[in-house]
Amino acid sequence: MTGAIRFLLGDEPRKVAGLDPNLTVLRYLREQEGLCGTKEGCAEGDCGACTVVLGEEVDGRLRHRAVNACIQFLPTLQGKQLIAVEHLKAADGSLHPVQQALVESHGSQCGFCTPGFVMSLFALYRDGGARDRGVIDDALAGNLCRCTGYGPIVAAARCMGAGDDGDEAAVLAQLASFDDGEALALEGGYFAPRTADDLAARLLAYPEATILAGGTDVGLWVTKQHRRLEPIVYVGAVAELRRLEVTAERIEIGAAVTYSEAHRAIAEAYPDFGEVIRRLGSRQIRNLGTIGGNIANGSPIGDSPPPLIALDARLVLRRGDARREIALEDFFIAYGQQDLEPGEFVETVILPRQASDWRFRCYKVSKRFDQDITAVLGAFNLKLEGGRVAAARICYGGMAATPKRASACEAVLTGAPWSEATLSRARDALAQDFAPIGDMRASAAYRLQVARNLLTKVYVETSEPATATRLVGDRQVAYG
Amino acid sequence: MAEPAPALSGGVRNPQAHDSAAKHVSGEALYVDDIPTSAGCLQLYAAMSERAHARIVALDVTAVRDAPGVALVLTAADIPGINDVSPTGTLDDPLLADGRVLFHGQPIFAVAAETVEQARAAAALAVVEYEDLTPALTAEEGWAKQDYVTPPHKLRRGEPGAALAKAAKRLQGRLAIGGQDHFYLEGQVSLALPGEDGDVTVQTSSQHPSEVQSAVAHNLGRPANAVTVEVRRMGGGFGGKETQAAQWAVLAALTAVKTGRPAKMRLDRDDDMIMTGKRHDFLADYDVGFDAEGRIEALDLSLASRCGFSADLSSSINDRALFHADNAYYLPSAELRSYPCRTNTVSNTAFRGFGGPQGMMAIERVIEAIARELGLDPLEVRKRNLYGAAGRDVTPYHMTVEDNVLPELIAALEVSADYAGRRRAVAAFNRDNPVLKRGLALTPVKFGISFTTTFLNQAGALIHIYRDGSVHLNHGGTEMGQGLFVKVAQVVAEALQVDIERIKITATNTGKVPNTSPTAASAGTDMNGMAALAAAETLKQRLTAFAAVAFGVPEAEVRFLPNRVRVGDHELNFDDLVERAYLGRVQLSATGFYRTPKVHYDRDKAAGRPFYYFAYGAAVSEVAIDCLTGESKVLRVDILHDVGRSLNPAVDYGQIEGGFIQGMGWLTSEELWFDDRGRLATHAPSTYKIPACSDRPGDFRMAIFERGENREETIHRSKAVGEPPLMLAISVFHAISDAIASLGDNRLLPALDAPATPERILMAVEDIKRRAAEGSRDAAALAAAGA
Repeated sequence: MTGAIRFLLGDEPRKVAGLDPNLTVLRYLREQEGLCGTKEGCAEGDCGACTVVLGEEVDGRLRHRAVNACIQFLPTLQGKQLIAVEHLKAADGSLHPVQQALVESHGSQCGFCTPGFVMSLFALYRDGGARDRGVIDDALAGNLCRCTGYGPIVAAARCMGAGDDGDEAAVLAQLASFDDGEALALEGGYFAPRTADDLAARLLAYPEATILAGGTDVGLWVTKQHRRLEPIVYVGAVAELRRLEVTAERIEIGAAVTYSEAHRAIAEAYPDFGEVIRRLGSRQIRNLGTIGGNIANGSPIGDSPPPLIALDARLVLRRGDARREIALEDFFIAYGQQDLEPGEFVETVILPRQASDWRFRCYKVSKRFDQDITAVLGAFNLKLEGGRVAAARICYGGMAATPKRASACEAVLTGAPWSEATLSRARDALAQDFAPIGDMRASAAYRLQVARNLLTKVYVETSEPATATRLVGDRQVAYG
Repeated sequence: MAEPAPALSGGVRNPQAHDSAAKHVSGEALYVDDIPTSAGCLQLYAAMSERAHARIVALDVTAVRDAPGVALVLTAADIPGINDVSPTGTLDDPLLADGRVLFHGQPIFAVAAETVEQARAAAALAVVEYEDLTPALTAEEGWAKQDYVTPPHKLRRGEPGAALAKAAKRLQGRLAIGGQDHFYLEGQVSLALPGEDGDVTVQTSSQHPSEVQSAVAHNLGRPANAVTVEVRRMGGGFGGKETQAAQWAVLAALTAVKTGRPAKMRLDRDDDMIMTGKRHDFLADYDVGFDAEGRIEALDLSLASRCGFSADLSSSINDRALFHADNAYYLPSAELRSYPCRTNTVSNTAFRGFGGPQGMMAIERVIEAIARELGLDPLEVRKRNLYGAAGRDVTPYHMTVEDNVLPELIAALEVSADYAGRRRAVAAFNRDNPVLKRGLALTPVKFGISFTTTFLNQAGALIHIYRDGSVHLNHGGTEMGQGLFVKVAQVVAEALQVDIERIKITATNTGKVPNTSPTAASAGTDMNGMAALAAAETLKQRLTAFAAVAFGVPEAEVRFLPNRVRVGDHELNFDDLVERAYLGRVQLSATGFYRTPKVHYDRDKAAGRPFYYFAYGAAVSEVAIDCLTGESKVLRVDILHDVGRSLNPAVDYGQIEGGFIQGMGWLTSEELWFDDRGRLATHAPSTYKIPACSDRPGDFRMAIFERGENREETIHRSKAVGEPPLMLAISVFHAISDAIASLGDNRLLPALDAPATPERILMAVEDIKRRAAEGSRDAAALAAAGA
């Protein structure tokens, strides 16, 4: 146990004690280090002006991830390298290739979003560079620019190149020296266990604790709701919860595995689910946010529960030494109410692989393609046999107070011929399943109409595969 | 033989990088919130009204004053001067609500504390009792009550009533056009430092330092000379910091003066979006008469806007909407009326285009209605209605259009964008695809340049040359990212023939150049460039006169070459001449002043020449829509835009592209959503969606109109470029509409309002399918009856 956190700020070691566990990385940089290059644009991880890069050891290599400093708490930096825009210039004062490319491409106008773009591009530079427009768009989806229209920034990404800046070994050695193998405990009520057993014990002792994973939701409780969180139990250092296991039968996702880490395995098994994850939040958000957190926070518009439910995913819940396994769909009881006892936590998400006679389709509908919260998300899993629907699991997000299966619709489909007549009845049945609300994202009428139309989309895609139906995403992948 | 002289670095017409580019990318560019302050700087938070319209029955801030860390609480009663931040002297825009609240989010009191968390927590301790009054939330509600923030205005030409009555064809309709949040990445922020004698210096993020100065002075009850306002740069403005910066600057200044401590007010994103004005949403009701070829004969148009609770700049904004309700088209007879409606919502304000975009949206919808009615390609109808030669060249405000380049520009764009070929390709795609549909549209822009408030068309500059030959440049324009500072520096570099690196660009400061106009109306470079040129010419003339005497040659033999001066047979470096001139007691500091010529407008007669000239452009957009979800995607954009002779092509392309994408956001994904109690629900980027990187069309082609040259004597014959490109994005809206129209055989007008969100597109798709089905049923019934 230690009362201080240790990390690299650029290439300078930092040991910070007596810190407020609710302090965000952004405020730390600006207010305590006087590093004001990193900006606050929204304080909710949606504009990217605060983007910084974290360096950390993964499988013996130094990995760089762009994250939103505005919603990340400082203690989560333990053992990592924090790179802000001020750290990019060379010792002789010359600009980093990423910075130089932006200048030459006229990539800044007002300049306020620019440090964030620099850092997102820097992460891309360290991660192999820009291979095509899709890679660039995905790397920059979490950075809003109101001046340029993005063209000059995309041009900079194309010409900046890629590289490793030659600092990997030194940084890894430094980072290794920060780890004493102990769980971090801070006086202000912050605990970062290293094992699941320790986590379970800690939560039994403090059932009222806020469980912090990526902080992409919890961070906003502090920056937007102005709440004070105490105590905090951080699950990001728990080895067992960081595990991703892919077998022939299933994908086991530890509750602290980030979207970025799980993306490839999920996309390979279920391309449409992969596409939903690609569009979920932004690169910065996916680098922090976890599927476990997306489930545990019980949001009716979380993007991963509907596909997981349609795919019959299960949860392993743990309280103390006791574990129980439940179907994910049973976890969501009502708005803000989940099947979770005090002191209990989500340990693992189990996503089964399924036989090839099942067809899985998933569609996210929102006002903007990238980094937008869903209006309606439909996940459809149909077992088609000889022109009939042998079985159906359909789940929607944004249509009810929880992610919810369309049971009346499923009942119409099950056993019926996969025909336009059945489709029509199944569409009608959705009105029995759902009475959505209207809000700033979409009206109730639109939600129901789209829910029905997405069913039509599944029908078109499965019965007329030559028909173009997608505006974004990789058509080849999506059609599998 | 002399060696070839080195060229000038950074003169006009070069694609010079933004002067702060290296500082932007290194994080070293300072914005107001980054300025180091001494310990003890107070932080301010404004407590907002929780009602859209109410009397404040009781306000008790005792507990707020007693809360930890609180240094000062400001209420309306604590304002020593006039409690008002209205920009035009209408006195309807209180700094802090006094007795009643007029919109949800209106500041009632402000708290200054050691930290903003303390200020916010303290504010929650206030007791505010309201007595609710009935609010009017929409333009429609304000219009029904005929409650206006400023008198309606009317443009009239010809005999619209009679012409409408005898027109061969006539159509009526309504278009609703949404508002838009500026979403500058840097929110509103001001830092005030107390001085001697109750004076105050304010660092702010404002497009209008002189107005901030004036607002601070009259709220303090002090003369303007007690207040100095400085703006180095803004993290984006777009009109949102023209009038909206003053309130926060005043609160910070009041706090600094009352406490003797530095004070900062920075709005976080949510508070900024709730408390500051936006682009007006409009309703456009039209009644148009036209001939069988689609030529407009008469137009009767009502434009009603949601102005919010106060006038702000709504008078000029509604005027500009009327001035652009012709866009590029000749209206032989027209009556165009504005209705600036008072509503219990935040007071709407300037936003890039300033009413012009909404006026253009109205007429472009009229054009599309005519085209669908006649079964013509809308581009054909657009071309038939363009302003033309004498007899077809007078606007509804009786100004003759003398510089129209659109026929030529559109013809060039049609070819370069292969409009005809792609029109066929789109039709073929739509025949083959039941779920996805494509649409194509070419729309023009004609945008009037000058402040329509004539007296604002003035600018000042100040240039010093120091003994070492370095140059200090200052003018009344502000830098919000648009590249004004670098363009003006290029003008001075060119005039003095010194490298731009020698010129220090300095913060806009009311102590250096007084009584400035806002950096707005796209006129920043036109006006400040000319003012700086005047100052540079004055200095050059003094140096010329001195050199001529010193070397005993006529003035005509003094020539400024890059970084050196030839005087008869002598040649000396610029700095040498400067030093000699100093020793010769020549004044090396000069002011420059400019007033835009020719402009005038008689509001009573609704006639005049409000604009010095027009900027032109056109764009072709191609989109695809998903008829099952209503999602849309812009596939390709071709732009041809007239910037006159460009001062800086890199900056101009940046404005064209940035303006287009911002306009695209306005018309597609950006939706302001108020609930039935008048609360804005879309007050952060999680809910308010400006275009993201992937929304930029994959195929984006833009070109500057090569034959462009301002026929008026503007700065190096360039044209303003800040606002006009935003309206090129109207082509996106019309391409979406075109895709929907394909579901009705291109003969039905889609019922599509702006912004074209997936929801609006899907509803328009469903509607047109229904109408098309009814139409074919009716046709079948008619055919059956006929048989």
